[in-house]
Amino acid sequence: MKRIVLFLPFLVFLVLGVVFYFLLGKDTQYMPSALIGQPVPQFQLVTLKGEQIKQTDDLPKGSYLINFWGTWCPSCHVEHPYLMTLAEQGVTIIGIDYKDQQAAARQWLRDKGNPYTLVLMDELGQFGLDMGVTGAPETFVVNAEGKIAYRLQGVLNAQSWQVIKAYL
Amino acid sequence: MTRFMFPEIGQFSLILALFFAVALATLPMVGYFRQSRLLLNTARPLTHIMVCLVVIAFLLLAWAFITDDFSVLYVSQNSNVDLPLRYKFSAVWGGHEGSLLLWVLILALWCLAVALRLDSLPQTIGPLVLSVLGWVASGFLAFLLFTSSPFVRILPDVPTSGGDLNPLLQDIGLILHPPILYMGYVGFSVAFAFAVVALITGNLNAYWARWARPWTAAAWASLTLGITLGSWWAYYELGWGGWWFWDPVENASFMPWLAGTALLHSLVVTEKRGVFKSWTVLLAIFTFSLSLLGTFLVRSGVLTSVHAFAADPTRGVFILALLVVLVGGSLLLYALRAGQVRSSVNFGFSGREAWLLLNNILLSVLTLTVLLGTLYPLLFDALGMGRISVGAPYFNAVFGPIALCLMVFMAIGPFSKWHHTKLASWWIPILGAALLSMGLAATIVFWQTFDWLTWCSLSVAFWVMSMTLLDWFNKQFMAGKQRLNQWRTLPSRYYAMVIAHFGMAISLVGVIMVSVNSHETMLKMSPGGQAEVGGYVFVFDSMELIKGPNYLSDRGHFQVYQQGHLVADLHPEKRFFTTRQQVMTEAALGAGFTRDLYLSLGEKLEDGAWGVRIHIKSFVRWIWLGGLLMVLGGMLAAFDKRYRQKRKKA
Repeated sequence: MKRIVLFLPFLVFLVLGVVFYFLLGKDTQYMPSALIGQPVPQFQLVTLKGEQIKQTDDLPKGSYLINFWGTWCPSCHVEHPYLMTLAEQGVTIIGIDYKDQQAAARQWLRDKGNPYTLVLMDELGQFGLDMGVTGAPETFVVNAEGKIAYRLQGVLNAQSWQVIKAYL
Repeated sequence: MTRFMFPEIGQFSLILALFFAVALATLPMVGYFRQSRLLLNTARPLTHIMVCLVVIAFLLLAWAFITDDFSVLYVSQNSNVDLPLRYKFSAVWGGHEGSLLLWVLILALWCLAVALRLDSLPQTIGPLVLSVLGWVASGFLAFLLFTSSPFVRILPDVPTSGGDLNPLLQDIGLILHPPILYMGYVGFSVAFAFAVVALITGNLNAYWARWARPWTAAAWASLTLGITLGSWWAYYELGWGGWWFWDPVENASFMPWLAGTALLHSLVVTEKRGVFKSWTVLLAIFTFSLSLLGTFLVRSGVLTSVHAFAADPTRGVFILALLVVLVGGSLLLYALRAGQVRSSVNFGFSGREAWLLLNNILLSVLTLTVLLGTLYPLLFDALGMGRISVGAPYFNAVFGPIALCLMVFMAIGPFSKWHHTKLASWWIPILGAALLSMGLAATIVFWQTFDWLTWCSLSVAFWVMSMTLLDWFNKQFMAGKQRLNQWRTLPSRYYAMVIAHFGMAISLVGVIMVSVNSHETMLKMSPGGQAEVGGYVFVFDSMELIKGPNYLSDRGHFQVYQQGHLVADLHPEKRFFTTRQQVMTEAALGAGFTRDLYLSLGEKLEDGAWGVRIHIKSFVRWIWLGGLLMVLGGMLAAFDKRYRQKRKKA
């Protein structure tokens, strides 16, 4: 009996080893949002161009992306060209200009092109707060039923698009 | 153009080092089983050569950093022309590859230390210990060479300036923190090697404990210093004034510390009384395994944390394989061999053995608590139940009470005698000390209106202090019916214990005070404005823009007054590192014995105003002061005269 007890540390270690092995390949950066499976929260935001007030009902039908960006955010520079590519492929992207200034944002879109079907200003970051955004860029996938299906923290690029595509 | 060969020479010496490590791992082992003195004696020269080669590789990498050789990929990722020289040197271990090389270097230095002290060990034991260390070295050298060589070149397109060192790491605390922490981590490999050799030779008598003790104490002291430094660094560099976050990487260094503390105590019992033999061996394996696990968790990207610098699955698989071979192998060896050990000595429930056993049980429970808290999210994920994180609330709720409990007994342990203690002889001083500490704590709590939990914890801290002093007084003046003025020389290992225990109590006072007596506010301040926090008046004088070597900085000038007197000038900064486009907050500290003034800049607001975060941290220095005392205790124990005798020539 005592002999078997002595093997216990070894066995516990083996189990741990197996668990670790299966964890290795996983993407640990991925943090799901509490909003997954929920509709987009209520909002009232002003558009960047034309300064109209838009509400939740004005969101497009069918699936689309919500992309939080800002002219102050270096990673958004990196991300922008890929958003342009996606827009050319016909992906609908709603841009939320997050904690930013109107003039700078307009200049940005004039210089770099506009991949967004609609750009809304979230100057105070209230909508970002409701969406649980921790920083820019962040991208949410909203499916055809109007529910949030996926959240990506960080830059949207060809690699992360492979994952995101499946949720659209 | 010879300088351009240096990285290749570095790579080559690492390859050679691997060969010598493998030879070290096998030849003395074969020598032991074949009873060949010749093969056993190869251990020392093999170690010397391996150490030289690793040192050469390390120096060549450092040279590549100092001379800005950006053709080396690792250098170009972690350094920059504008980086100050001291950071260029510390950038050697700023990334994954280099810190692994540092790991190997420190392991090599420990091997060298053992090789130099070989004369104090029996003729078969020493070479075998080196051989086991050779196993560990081979594993890590192979890991270094096959998955993460720091000498990989990017030719022919050599970048001209480099990607710069992570700004978080551009700090004196980070120059020192990793090497010292690794000294601790890796140092436990020596205790591990002794334990494995004891298992291999089947010679599990009390001697191995005696040999392993100073090494364990030295490793423990380094680890304590490393953790203390890390906590201090996080406090002033991360900019939100915390000193411990229960972050997975912190836990990774804390677990070996807890297990190592248990090992330190259990080795005493094994050496002095010959009990807990098999448990001590297991604990030695366990401690080093936790060090390896720490390396694995930090380096494989299995856990996310503020510290996770490198994440690469192939490396993860390699470290896991290494863990399986080293830890699995030694645990299997343990399972096969430990059954032969029989402890014959009995001990009473009031003897020191029993107190130390209690110490071991509580420390093991604490280790498992932290281990569970750290791994729980992983297990949860592995079972497909999604991702969760176990944060500070869990650790504080579970860890706190057990640790306090441990400290209550910590005060009694030294008082007790081996085998059996007569209760009647010591209940009066104990009761006295208990009442005194509770009274003192009650006075403070009443005066400052804290809650009963604070009272409890403060009582425990005072209890440890008073009991430690009382015990010292007893042993110094009362023992052997001497007169009061006669000075006995107590052994330095006794003082080691007194100082370390006292340090623990001082840290506890710091921890308690900082959590109940601190003030914290976030305000909007403009130049010329002022604010009062916790009895101090903070005056925001002005802002200026300054240019550092590799950053631009907004620097604030603040004066702090207490009752009309100027107590501190604070200069918090917001640095923008140009190469990495990263913003760093440099907090300003007004350090003091009983309180720290802590000021950091938040967001820049409109019309020149700034968000300013002000903390008054009560007794926060005591946390690290206690840590330093523990280090001193550990060093004293490691260099005790008793362990320095050489083997008598037969």
